Amino acid sequence: MARLIAGMGTSHVPGVGAAMDNGKTHEDYWVELFKGFEPLRAWHAENVPDVTIVVFNDHATSMTLNHYSTFMMGVADRFRPADEGWGPRKVPVVEGHPELAWHLVENLILDEFDMAVTADFDVDHGLTVPLSIAYDQPAAWPTKVIPLCVNVIQYPQPTALRCFKLGQAIRRAIDSFEEDITVGIWGTGGLSHQLGGERAGVVNPDFDRNFLDNLVHDPMANTRLTHTDFIREAGAEGIEMIMWNVMRGALDEQVREVYRLYHIPVSATAYGAIILENE
Amino acid sequence: MTSRDYDDVPGTYVFDSRNYRKGYHLNMFCMSLNKAECREEFARDEKAYLETFPMTAEQRQAVLDRDYIRLLQLGANVYYTFKIVSHDRQPPQVMYGKMSSPPMSFDEFQQMMINGGRPIDGNRSKKES
Ligand SMILES: [Fe+2]
Repeated sequence: MARLIAGMGTSHVPGVGAAMDNGKTHEDYWVELFKGFEPLRAWHAENVPDVTIVVFNDHATSMTLNHYSTFMMGVADRFRPADEGWGPRKVPVVEGHPELAWHLVENLILDEFDMAVTADFDVDHGLTVPLSIAYDQPAAWPTKVIPLCVNVIQYPQPTALRCFKLGQAIRRAIDSFEEDITVGIWGTGGLSHQLGGERAGVVNPDFDRNFLDNLVHDPMANTRLTHTDFIREAGAEGIEMIMWNVMRGALDEQVREVYRLYHIPVSATAYGAIILENE
Repeated sequence: MTSRDYDDVPGTYVFDSRNYRKGYHLNMFCMSLNKAECREEFARDEKAYLETFPMTAEQRQAVLDRDYIRLLQLGANVYYTFKIVSHDRQPPQVMYGKMSSPPMSFDEFQQMMINGGRPIDGNRSKKES
């Protein structure tokens, strides 16, 4: 049977990918962050699952105003890095896992989570930057990936509770997949940040720390946050943090925190990462 | 129009149905810059390229002026205006700084972030500021 081994939460700031792609990680601005990636990468090197479900969002790249969906599963064999306006990142093509992806779609819909499906989706920094954070610059990504795209841009985004429940349903579906494979799940985006408006650059370390602590010990507390709580306290773009709830919902009730990283600033954001193992 | 509880958050433009409708064509223009051939066409003649989208004159002018805060007021979303600043080969902090109140240069915005970012205290509610 398939087995979910661990979850990671990480911000997916495009600047991190650009720093790697342009060989700038030794610069003063980046040194401390990339030092913080070392233990995270060491853990990932020892814990590569056969498939990783990456919960991420598209940023006006492959999904836009004329068609968008709240939750969308990528069922293709492969997903190309997208041109987001400055040419595609020169990182490996992302290999999918259509068997598990379709198993998830079927089970989730029968479980009353009405997923949209895509077989043609170029993936932007929301998905490729977490891969770069975890695996650095390999010739090919060591894990297959199922992209799970969440609308976090167009209000109203799914609620924090709905995201958590989706994670729980994903777990039920993983547990019923008959092939003997290991699975990981990542929630990406955040932490507190606001990019647009006169308040651009606002961050909230207290809110972030509380969110991270609750993620480990009291995940239901993070499901009670409203849209306006996120917008007000974590910045308009901080609402990306709901995607971490999908990851957390899929894990066991009790988890072990393996690693945590928090760093301000990365571009205009508070960067956060956490690795959680099932107990 | 229905008011929303988040309307009380200062300096913040939530991309809701009000902005979706107001900014639809403006955002679709921004999004077109994901394609290399559209970027070239825009670079060749910005005004002519903007004419191919059914935007308002005000929206077109704000694009030409790179007046980012005005763009948000006219219905743009920051992930879409990102495409313009990328097209200009500028780091996003240039745009964030221009949108800030008072406006900041790249260096000033960068320094504010290095110093720990814009504080949340005093910035939660219009009642505070
Ligand atoms: Fe994002």
